Amino acid sequence: MGKGDEEYGDWEELVGAALLGTDRRRGGGPAGSPEALLDAAAVHTVRRRAGLRPAGAGSRPEPAPRDPRPAPPAAARQRLAQLLAGRTGAGSGGRRGAAPDLTELLPQWLAAAGRHGYRSPAALVPALLDAARARTDLRPQALALAGARGLWLARLNPDWRFALRGGAGGAGELPDVTDLAGVERLWQEGLFAERVALLGAVRAHDAAAATRLLATTWATERAEDRLMFLDSLRVGLSEGDEPFLEAALGDRSRNVRATAAELLSALPGSALAGRMAERSLACVGPEGVNPPAECDAGMLRDGVVRNPPAGRGERAWWLGQLVEAAPLSCWRERFGGLGPAEIVALPVAEGEVWREELHAAWCRAAVRQRDARWSRALLGVASAPPAAGPGTASLAERAKLLETLPDGERADWVAQFIRAHGLSEAFQLLGVCVVPWAGALGRAVVDALDCAREAGSYPWSFSGVMGLAERCLDPAEAGRLETLTAAAEEPADSASGAAAYWSEAFQRLVATLRLREAMLSELTPA
Amino acid sequence: MTEQGVRWTAEQVLALAPDDASRKAGSRLGGAGPWSQIGGSASGSVWGLCKGSGSKPYRTVVDLAGPAYKCSCPSRKFPCKHALGLLLLWSAEGAGEPGEAPDWAAEWLAERAAKAARPAAATGRPVDEEGARRRAERRAARIGAGVTELEQRLADLLRGGLAGQEQSGYAAWEETAARMIDAQAPGLAGRVRELGTIPSCGPGWPARMLEEAALLHLLDRAWLGVSALPEELAATVRSRVGLPASGEGEAVRDRWLVLAQYDSVSPDGRLTTRRIWLRGLGGGRPALVLDFGPAGRPPGLALPVGLVLEAEVRFRPGSAGLRADLGERVAAAVPCAEVPAGVSTGAALEAYGAALREDPWLESWPVVLGRVIPIPGELGWQLADAEGDSALPVPVTGAGSRSRGGLWQLAALSGGGPVTVFGECGHRGFTPLTAWQPGSPEPVPLA
Repeated sequence: MGKGDEEYGDWEELVGAALLGTDRRRGGGPAGSPEALLDAAAVHTVRRRAGLRPAGAGSRPEPAPRDPRPAPPAAARQRLAQLLAGRTGAGSGGRRGAAPDLTELLPQWLAAAGRHGYRSPAALVPALLDAARARTDLRPQALALAGARGLWLARLNPDWRFALRGGAGGAGELPDVTDLAGVERLWQEGLFAERVALLGAVRAHDAAAATRLLATTWATERAEDRLMFLDSLRVGLSEGDEPFLEAALGDRSRNVRATAAELLSALPGSALAGRMAERSLACVGPEGVNPPAECDAGMLRDGVVRNPPAGRGERAWWLGQLVEAAPLSCWRERFGGLGPAEIVALPVAEGEVWREELHAAWCRAAVRQRDARWSRALLGVASAPPAAGPGTASLAERAKLLETLPDGERADWVAQFIRAHGLSEAFQLLGVCVVPWAGALGRAVVDALDCAREAGSYPWSFSGVMGLAERCLDPAEAGRLETLTAAAEEPADSASGAAAYWSEAFQRLVATLRLREAMLSELTPA
Repeated sequence: MTEQGVRWTAEQVLALAPDDASRKAGSRLGGAGPWSQIGGSASGSVWGLCKGSGSKPYRTVVDLAGPAYKCSCPSRKFPCKHALGLLLLWSAEGAGEPGEAPDWAAEWLAERAAKAARPAAATGRPVDEEGARRRAERRAARIGAGVTELEQRLADLLRGGLAGQEQSGYAAWEETAARMIDAQAPGLAGRVRELGTIPSCGPGWPARMLEEAALLHLLDRAWLGVSALPEELAATVRSRVGLPASGEGEAVRDRWLVLAQYDSVSPDGRLTTRRIWLRGLGGGRPALVLDFGPAGRPPGLALPVGLVLEAEVRFRPGSAGLRADLGERVAAAVPCAEVPAGVSTGAALEAYGAALREDPWLESWPVVLGRVIPIPGELGWQLADAEGDSALPVPVTGAGSRSRGGLWQLAALSGGGPVTVFGECGHRGFTPLTAWQPGSPEPVPLA
């Protein structure tokens, strides 16, 4: 083929000739035949391929900072890979069969790994970032596990930019909080997420230093940033924050003012709380309830919103805001030394409307001030019908009140509630109980499920609670549950087939518990 | 090692799964829950009973040397979820002290042992040599006619110019490909079909099309003169055209490390091709084992990455000595304890260049790169030598490219530092398939 090769000087010329076609090539001749062109191109192609040289290297990425944390044990690494791989496939819908749902176990794996202080296996960091991208609920823990390697990778891939925004992954990137110049520089030049993370770190070290830092640039921050910074003070809120918050009550932005007022009202000793107490005490007492007649400038400055939402009366609206922001401790004296339970039980002279408004405000105050005594009083006895509850019949609000109680008491209260009222209303309450569920609570749930089975209903009526149980029951319960997995005899009057479905549902529960047990033990360092 | 050799990792087990669904189902059976009477033999097998939905548990047994599987479940998948679950359980917890297999397992294991011991009976069959010769001649004649027609087609292409190809499109080449199938030259058909797709692959397509057309022309010419070629090259030409390998190749016994395994599905979805890359740890020779599965069924052969199997590998003649068939396996596979030695980017291209001397149609050559740093880029990725200024591009689109996911995994493993990477090095660049994390002999198959 040498002949054809000589006719064409270089590869570009060959490509040009091929594009044009030999018929159109001027001065045609035998050398211009298609065969000669192909001969030459073949020689060129093989020669070019055989003679390939490496390209010049582009700029290499900065090496990732070292992550000193240990990698999880091999079995746990494999489990994580499995859980991450199962992430997308589970939502196929329909009957779930007897196999556990891996998707729901990922958050627990991440939480447990976080407690052990592990770093993610490097090869799984991309999958972890993808999971965090798809599920915001996983984000903080997934990013914490991915650590410095995750942030390093996120900087290279726009799909993972979110990781750089969320404050959670900032570990290892912040200057030492005692390095004043470094703190100052990042505070002046950093991205918003970095600044939030920095504020948190400084605050954890020295609360006063954090508000001082915030004050240096406060006037020049955008309103939405001021709101976010203020919101970040929620963590570790203390009396020391009062001067800053009090100043923020005069902010240009209404949202900033409202948030400052809310934070101040969570500090029972604050001047704002005192002013709110004064206003509330004027409205509520043993003699009855007399809501404010107007919303004055002082109330407005203290964060009271003047206009009620549609369908609510002005005076009730103002009353609720005052009582909610007043320290609960002010009521004892007002009611002649009575305790919360007795105060809550008092009849309200002017009738049902004010009573409901007042109790709802107390509930919000108890949650905001994290007051277990008042919460207890407002929750009342778990076995009493919810509608007759002293504070509120709303399960969402009850769940919030429960969160202020100590773990054990919370579980006991919910266990009693379930024993008295069954499972259908317990879902939200279960959601605030500490995992794994305490023994009594777990037993109450299992017993209630067993009752539901005997009553002949279908298990999917309880799929929400079943799912929770899979995630939250103590794995130690698996043994006791085993007996329930046997297909029970179909009761004569039950919906047909229900027993088999129940047995399957219990099998899945047991399988998931076993899996959780294995999963958690794999994470234990050898 | 008191029991069935070194246990495999869960990744290695899961690599055996025929599809995602089996992988998931198998994972769920990988706990002790549904299993009973788990056991294993010293010679490398594992068995157990798996409780299913019926009253009788499924009997599952795995011969690790195969690996080969048997299960009493009705699943048509292979290995079934029970076999995968059993292997996962074994990988996590072992199977206890080696023991005697129960009757139902022993029977099958004995059958397998007997089959392995039997000399390949098929070779003893009297062959109708005359008939075979005549059939081969007929086929050669048909291919010859096809090749001549194809040459005509290529000449027409160059006469009219490539520029018209963007408009004239794919259908004409599809038709030519069908003619090559009729001519019993599937290798040519595949290349023709590939040729038809080039005008739609973006900038630079005319150069690529000329390359492919020229190499196709080279193959045509080689076929027409095949009797005059040296034997090795002639074998290469025959296999490139699509004839089954004739004659016995070289048999090499070694400890073979499984470097990579991946599937690709033909454009029409009818055929899955599984590529398994091996490297002889003693002799250093690379081998490519192919297996095929029809639509919806994965290829039967599966070798988890990172395992070492002592076996005889029979190389087929031609094709730069890459294509091979796995022969008798001597012992159960064990995980490799070290990271394979790698070369620089320059040496990788030299190896490819050298292989082209034996097979000019070779797209790529298997190479382990040592100490390279992945460089992600908006326009393309590179693998750069940790020292010096040389790099190989990584194809991210078109033929030979892998998913971005695998590349990000590679970047995550490296963390900006040097890693060892196995992949295919060719004229398009380097396609990474497997990587080793610094300081660990455990390979990570890149997704």
